[in-house]
Amino acid sequence: MTSATADRIGIPDTSGTDHTPRRRSKLVLRNTLLGWSFILPNFIGFAIITLIPVVTLFYVALTDFNIFGKGEFIGLENFPKLFADPLFQRSVVNTFYYAVMHVPLTIVVSLGLALLLNTKLRGIAFFRTAAFFPYITSIVAIALVWNLLFSPDYGPINEFLRFIGIQNPPGWLTSQEWAMPSIVIISTWRDMGYYMILFLAGLQTVPRELYEAARVDGTNAWQRFWNVTLPGIRPTMFLVTVLLTIASFKIFDLIIVLSPGGTAAPNQATVVLSQFIYQKGFIESKFGYASAAAVVLFAICLGATVIQFYINKKRSA
Amino acid sequence: MSTSDLIVGASVVDVTETPGADPLQHSKPARGNVLRIVGSILLVLFALALLIPFGWMVLSSFKDSNEVFSVPVRWLPETWHWEHYVELWTKTDMATWLRNTIVLSVVVTFLQVLTGAFAAYGFAKVRFPGRDVLFLVYLGTIAVPWQSYMIPQYIMMAQAKLTNTLVAIIVLQAFGAFGVFLMKQYFESIPEELSEAARIDGLNEYSIWARIMLPLSGPALASLGLLTFVNTWNDYLGPLLYLRSRENWTVQLGLKNFVANNLDADYAMLFTGLTVSVIPIAIIFLIGQRYFVEGIATSGLKG
Repeated sequence: MTSATADRIGIPDTSGTDHTPRRRSKLVLRNTLLGWSFILPNFIGFAIITLIPVVTLFYVALTDFNIFGKGEFIGLENFPKLFADPLFQRSVVNTFYYAVMHVPLTIVVSLGLALLLNTKLRGIAFFRTAAFFPYITSIVAIALVWNLLFSPDYGPINEFLRFIGIQNPPGWLTSQEWAMPSIVIISTWRDMGYYMILFLAGLQTVPRELYEAARVDGTNAWQRFWNVTLPGIRPTMFLVTVLLTIASFKIFDLIIVLSPGGTAAPNQATVVLSQFIYQKGFIESKFGYASAAAVVLFAICLGATVIQFYINKKRSA
Repeated sequence: MSTSDLIVGASVVDVTETPGADPLQHSKPARGNVLRIVGSILLVLFALALLIPFGWMVLSSFKDSNEVFSVPVRWLPETWHWEHYVELWTKTDMATWLRNTIVLSVVVTFLQVLTGAFAAYGFAKVRFPGRDVLFLVYLGTIAVPWQSYMIPQYIMMAQAKLTNTLVAIIVLQAFGAFGVFLMKQYFESIPEELSEAARIDGLNEYSIWARIMLPLSGPALASLGLLTFVNTWNDYLGPLLYLRSRENWTVQLGLKNFVANNLDADYAMLFTGLTVSVIPIAIIFLIGQRYFVEGIATSGLKG
């Protein structure tokens, strides 16, 4: 990744022939100290706040650590208990349900947007900006506004649905069946601008000559999309899929804001893995038990990434 | 293919420019027009879907509280209640929340940009054993969801007696791997000859970082700074876990609890608060949109 020129740093007299081992090792030492002196200020914070907790996680998961301080080492005991916990099962199922809806929907919408914005229609520049704005707006603002937009009796959305003749519009976030789809709608709305930008960057790497050649061959727009665009953006598609999958499995803040009652009965339609960890860890103070669930989340995210890398490798081979 | 290759793959292109590939452009005129119209209609629909929630939020902030949910929906307020924007400061603790949020965002951004850019130089321009492994560790943690290690992190913070302090959020946000990654990418694109020339002039590595690299890295510093600021401003989960007492609340936490605490919430006031909380982000975004988009496209790694 780094060019060979970086090797030259700290070698003031490259013309000299004095490359004795001692001199060499002195140089290595000098560069090591120099490099670490740059990295250290960030690394100290990074190690304390990220690295150590990530490693510690696996130990805490093997204890019954709770709010009263010390945790006893109990081996794998947390895990069978966890897998038998109905709320945990529910949250795993819901997390996958969310991911299965959110990932394809967001890919289709954001790729569609990117294709649309990769043209020379009027007002494109404005729209590229607008599409991105939800992504940098706070989850709290988005969740609260959509919560009210979705309000079953007085919300504008259902009012519009009634207006166009739908007699019994869904109860959205208050209904068991529609709560999760509503959350998918909100999160897709929020995320599409972000993934659109990634797709736009990908689309611009597809050589123009390929389109010209395909046109000469008499292909239509759909064929060009299928045979030129899609293969051309495969690296981007891969990146987006990985990012989206991980993001879906760790969905958290949107759900926390939208379900003020926590994991109590009416909200179980939207209990997800991260929320389970939060509930057990921070509300019920069962740190050890919650960490076991966190290990599962970690494993799922890792597994999803590995599988996608594997599939991608196989396809490009 | 390694993660880093992948990310670099999406990098070089400037998405803010209108690109060349244009499937509509060379179609036969008649069909091209149809496509163009369909495309434009789709665009308008998307734009409406994007902007209506924001529009509704802003307009509702001017309405009477009962009017917010009037049936049928009235988009424009009957009378414009500008006074909500005055009452907000006396009826809620918005001033405190805003002050905390500004302090956090500024300090975190400063630390993240400074330490990130500093470490990036070590990774990009100094060669020493173990460097690439260390960088892989940095990269690897970006892929680990925060939710999976928030508990051990909290235990450590509690032991350091940092819970319920603003310091907790600063520590939490300021040393991310993301900044290191973003700046490293950029530093590597700066030709080594410049540093070489400076070295001949007798500058040491720290001066080269401060006087050659930083001044040349404006766009990357802007991207990192803006993204960090906005992230910290919007963060809800960090404050939710760590900031328990009211005087430490941030805007996001305050607004969220504004609803949670009164069932009979004054929705017009809520919308006023939400609008006030979004305005700074909107302004920053309008000024620096190019840097946001570039930062995102370079990394594909935020969030």
